[in-house]
Amino acid sequence: MGNKLLTRLTGSDKPAEMNRRGFLVSMTAAGVAFGFPRTSSAAMDPAAADGVPVSSNGETFEPTLWYWIDSDGRVNVNIIRAEMGQHVGTAIARILADELEVAWEDVSITHVDTAEKWGTMVTGGSWSVWQSWPVYRQAGAAGRTALIEAAAAQWGVDAATCTARDGTVTDGTNTITYAELVSAGLERSFTEDELKALPLKPHSELRLVGKDVTALDIENKTNGKAIYGLDAKVDGMVYAVPMIPPTRLGSSVASIDDSGAKGVKGYLQTLALEDPSGTVPGWVVVLGTSLMAAKWASEAVDVTWNAGDTAAVTEVDINARSRELIADGASGGILATETPDTAAAFDTAADVLEAEYVTQTVLHFQLEPVNATVFQNEDGIWEIHTGNQWQSLIMPTLSAALEAPADKIVMRTYMLGGGFGRRLNGDYTIPAALTSKALGGKPVKLVFMREDDAKFDSPRSPSVQKLRMAFDGDNKVVGMEHHAAAGWPTGVMVPSFMPKGVNGEPYDPFAIDGADHWYTVGAHQVRAISNDLANKTFRPGWLRSVGPGWTNFAVESFMDEAAQKAGVDPLEFRLQHLKAEGYNAGSAPNAVGGASRQAAVLEKVAKMSGYGSSDLPADTAIGIATTFGQSRSMPTWTAGAVQLHVDRETGELDVQKMWLAFDCGTVVDPDSALAQCEGAALWGLSMALYEGTKIEDGNVEDRNLGTYTPLRMIDTPEMEISFVESTEVPVGLGEPGTTVIAPAIANAIYNAVGARMRHLPIKPDDILSALKA
Amino acid sequence: MIKFEINGRSVSVDADPDTPLLWAIRDEIGLTGTKFGCGIGMCGACTVHVGGRATRSCITPLSAVADTEITTIEGLDAEANHPVQEAWRNLRVPQCGYCQSGQIMQAASLLQDIPEPTDDDIDAVMTGNLCRCMTYPRIRQAVRDAATAMNGAQDNG
Repeated sequence: MGNKLLTRLTGSDKPAEMNRRGFLVSMTAAGVAFGFPRTSSAAMDPAAADGVPVSSNGETFEPTLWYWIDSDGRVNVNIIRAEMGQHVGTAIARILADELEVAWEDVSITHVDTAEKWGTMVTGGSWSVWQSWPVYRQAGAAGRTALIEAAAAQWGVDAATCTARDGTVTDGTNTITYAELVSAGLERSFTEDELKALPLKPHSELRLVGKDVTALDIENKTNGKAIYGLDAKVDGMVYAVPMIPPTRLGSSVASIDDSGAKGVKGYLQTLALEDPSGTVPGWVVVLGTSLMAAKWASEAVDVTWNAGDTAAVTEVDINARSRELIADGASGGILATETPDTAAAFDTAADVLEAEYVTQTVLHFQLEPVNATVFQNEDGIWEIHTGNQWQSLIMPTLSAALEAPADKIVMRTYMLGGGFGRRLNGDYTIPAALTSKALGGKPVKLVFMREDDAKFDSPRSPSVQKLRMAFDGDNKVVGMEHHAAAGWPTGVMVPSFMPKGVNGEPYDPFAIDGADHWYTVGAHQVRAISNDLANKTFRPGWLRSVGPGWTNFAVESFMDEAAQKAGVDPLEFRLQHLKAEGYNAGSAPNAVGGASRQAAVLEKVAKMSGYGSSDLPADTAIGIATTFGQSRSMPTWTAGAVQLHVDRETGELDVQKMWLAFDCGTVVDPDSALAQCEGAALWGLSMALYEGTKIEDGNVEDRNLGTYTPLRMIDTPEMEISFVESTEVPVGLGEPGTTVIAPAIANAIYNAVGARMRHLPIKPDDILSALKA
Repeated sequence: MIKFEINGRSVSVDADPDTPLLWAIRDEIGLTGTKFGCGIGMCGACTVHVGGRATRSCITPLSAVADTEITTIEGLDAEANHPVQEAWRNLRVPQCGYCQSGQIMQAASLLQDIPEPTDDDIDAVMTGNLCRCMTYPRIRQAVRDAATAMNGAQDNG
């Protein structure tokens, strides 16, 4: 079959094949044959309709690898982050252009393909602006410094007497443009030490950062021209769909019978993949001349598998394993909080409060199903065309799968039809790469139908958490414990990234961040536990806000429960324990102010929402919650309040309004920052009430919108969002808004009708049961 | 061969009549602005106009569109300046943008049917279109703005 396919793919056979396939008649003239595949443009410049990045004119000046200026004075900024809705390239380019002192109209961006020189390419953790801020500021300052020095030398004046603005240098008497300086030839590069020593502009001089702008990618996202991975086109490509084995790991193919597919027009062949990387064991792909040919053929191909040993695993099994591990005090890594030994505090406690919180499996359901187009080009380079969030993570796996060195592989850049963490795991490129490899490097576009995308998701793991709080005889908090068990994304995907706890055991920070909160609670033990059954049943994923999406549901629900027990208002109770002292004092540069900044956003959101006002209708109440976003090392001070009404007859919730307050330090692109917070908050709402699937028979139970039901417009409440003005380091905003909504909802339900919900998602039936209890 | 008009151009497609219109538009005709999301007509990313009606192209077989007039996002307005697109840009609605072609086509159809929609009308119609980035508040406002702009234009005309 392989030879037949190869023949079909050769250039000489192509015109005949195209006629037979019945391509649109008017299009065939353009479909001439090429010796090697010609590719469509990737999406390197999201402002260009064809995605092609701007090319330089004449001389160029490249003070660092992050940008060039050409002899027209145009500036092109290289962006290594993926564009998936954050408008990240705009924010990063604004940071650079501001320091460089160029007009925004002269700036373009290029989302670069993979190359060693870029260092680690990852877009996640809400890190992009935070990580880029110092680097691109220095890069901009380097260019400004070099251009001013060149102008000063030309005029024979002291560089200190010169200033730059809008791409022009002046000393008060003379003026010269960057374009002229670059045209005349300019060479100057900077060492790391020189870059670090460059003077940066004070906040008061920032002209682009913090100012309103329309992001460069907006226009092409309103006219159909934005280019996503699924839009990749390569001459002569064939289509493939996967047939996914019954278990994520450990399955093997027993037999394949494709006799039923032979009658499907456009069916090419069925391949059992051989995967040296071990990423997709037991996978089968079906090839066709069109996507539907491959799809229809796959429905007629009969594959028998030997299933792996997780074929019968259920969510109930996974949670039972979590409880078993939590009960075993020796399991897990204990975080380096100030006083992780809580034995004395609990032994001598006058009273102990304890609660268990459970969250269900959640799907990414990014709207563009995962896909990849792969071929080997005329230089022998494997080209991987796809949208991806962590190229540096999957490149070694691609190398193993293709049995080719990393410098023979390039990942081309596309817009992402949603990321939300799904595309941090680039595993979906592997079956496409293996298929092309099996065909000698011919172009293959492998598309996951929605059900396949869901089945192959790296979902948010279900979690079980046990929280305990110790009180002394005066009802003062003297100790707290947080034991959290879940599948560990980092443990499965990059165990080398895991730090070690104080007990010497490694832990996944992304599965526990949030539990190590900024409340001063006396002795405080935070224990992160890896659920081995979850880890081998599915690939636990990083999903928008990751651990803080479940740890804060527990922490912030529990704070309300503890306040109730202590007989203190939940707002007051939190403020009493958010003290910027000792371990929670905060430190420069990322956490200046510590717990006091968290207290400030909490007070702000309480004021915005009118929390505590008693004039709400019956069964209607406001709940609050506060978090520090993603991690102690990069706190985004976040607070939320939700007003809702509970229908006691049906258990239905009417979420009426949500308020959020953020202190993220310097806001770089205000409207994009707001958009991220809107989206994140609504994700929080969606996961609190409308999403949630279960592992059944070793796989996620819900695979499409018939049963998986993310938030829709009709359930979208009014929102009010506020940012604290600040000149501190800009931290992340993609995820933090997600973290406060579920606990604020649970607290609001309690305040409205006295029912305490400790399970996500919160369903009407659960509320009814709680009301009856 | 199935013949129809797409964005004012006559085309003939020789593909299996059961092929969903979506894939004919994307892979045969080469217009990729229309997107694939769920394949069961429940996300709306594939929305195009068939005979002026908002239609889920992922569940519409080619055989059903013979001799019809189809409009995709690329053909909604020659200059990509339909009032809905303008409102979308002004409010910077898109985040990842993947669903927005479908959202815009659905909204344009809504405003043709109901030139002065109430908020309930907007919610009822647009709730069929999933936005995974959750840009709903901006979509809702953009539909209101587009309605105002279109009615204003009519009043002035």
